[in-house]
Amino acid sequence: MSDINEVVIVGSGPAGYTAAIYAARAQLKPIIYEGSVTAGGALMNTTEVENFPGFATGVMGPELMESMRKQVERFDAKIITDDIVSMKLTGDIKELTDGSGNTVKAKSVILAMGSAYKEIGLPNEKRLSGRGVSWCATCDGFFFREQVIAVVGGGDSAMEEANFLTRFASKVVLIHRRDSFRASKIMIERAQANPKIEFLFNHEVIDVLGEDKVVGLKLKNTVSGDESIKDFTGLFVAIGHLPRSELVVGQVELNSDGYVQVEGRSTKTKLAGVFACGDLVDFTYRQAVTAAGSGCQAALDAERYLAGH
Amino acid sequence: MATTKVTTADFESVVLKSATPVLVDFWAEWCGPCRAVGPILEEISNEYGDKLKIVKLNTDEEGSIAMKYGISSIPTMNVFVGGEVVKTIVGAKPKPALLKDLESYIK
Repeated sequence: MSDINEVVIVGSGPAGYTAAIYAARAQLKPIIYEGSVTAGGALMNTTEVENFPGFATGVMGPELMESMRKQVERFDAKIITDDIVSMKLTGDIKELTDGSGNTVKAKSVILAMGSAYKEIGLPNEKRLSGRGVSWCATCDGFFFREQVIAVVGGGDSAMEEANFLTRFASKVVLIHRRDSFRASKIMIERAQANPKIEFLFNHEVIDVLGEDKVVGLKLKNTVSGDESIKDFTGLFVAIGHLPRSELVVGQVELNSDGYVQVEGRSTKTKLAGVFACGDLVDFTYRQAVTAAGSGCQAALDAERYLAGH
Repeated sequence: MATTKVTTADFESVVLKSATPVLVDFWAEWCGPCRAVGPILEEISNEYGDKLKIVKLNTDEEGSIAMKYGISSIPTMNVFVGGEVVKTIVGAKPKPALLKDLESYIK
């Protein structure tokens, strides 16, 4: 590895890996920090992905990511299974430090850190995390055999989690604070067709009850304001994601929700040589395929930038 | 030293009656975050195994112990001292974060 690299990619979902494939094929010898425990990104915790083009009969999320990783390995790229813990992105040469204390320098950086699960923000939610409160149905559903559990959320991930959890639970109640879901039609219809799923619209979770483990939820009707208590032994939170932009706060421009701002249709941030892609940027589409597409754009933008420097 | 596998049969002798603190990693094959944190625990075990013994308990195979300790999320990493759970870590974390959580058992 020469002292100053052409491009370093931070993050390894569909955006990061695709950026690495393109940058490697452009002979930029990218270094990609895939994350020590987040390698592969959000899709590592999903089951079947039915909408990634090219997989006629669907593909398991982890399998898709493993396959993207292998595709990166085919070319001249260096994959490092560690986290970047700090970045200095101003100036012509960017400096990044990893979790082992090593520093790497690069002329350009592609940010692809993705997003993290959003919490409801209740004190007891955190206290009972791992005691009935979960953010990962594929990890934890197994522990809720023949139990009555709640899923909170209204998007595709809430539908998917609810459907997946019916493999184990006796009943899954989908709690949503509005009167309709924002999930895609096919996912809503699938949930509606599942006899184990019940729907509770216009309700929000205001407290999680239980001493050592979850025994129930305190709910509030968002229309009437009435409060009620329902028995559940599990709560799966699927209310969306937060961009993992904490390392670049004060360096690149962020919107009010923390998403990295890019210029027009490009992946350029306001800092020369710094590009951003995937869920870190995208608060609209947030699909595996759009993330992959923006990873490709970021690599092409970085390639053009490097050609001019 | 490398991590070892613990079962219901030897849980008492390996974990509860251990003279040194023991970290039990409750995990399963199908759990992505468990597989991600596995190599990190292996490294920590190799570096600090003399102070903190690290053992792995497969929740698929040893469901009764997982249930006994109220495991409902994996990975869960429980530290046992003198047969009692003194620390619970839920979810995969990077190595520096785990080392910080385990500081008092490995220094």
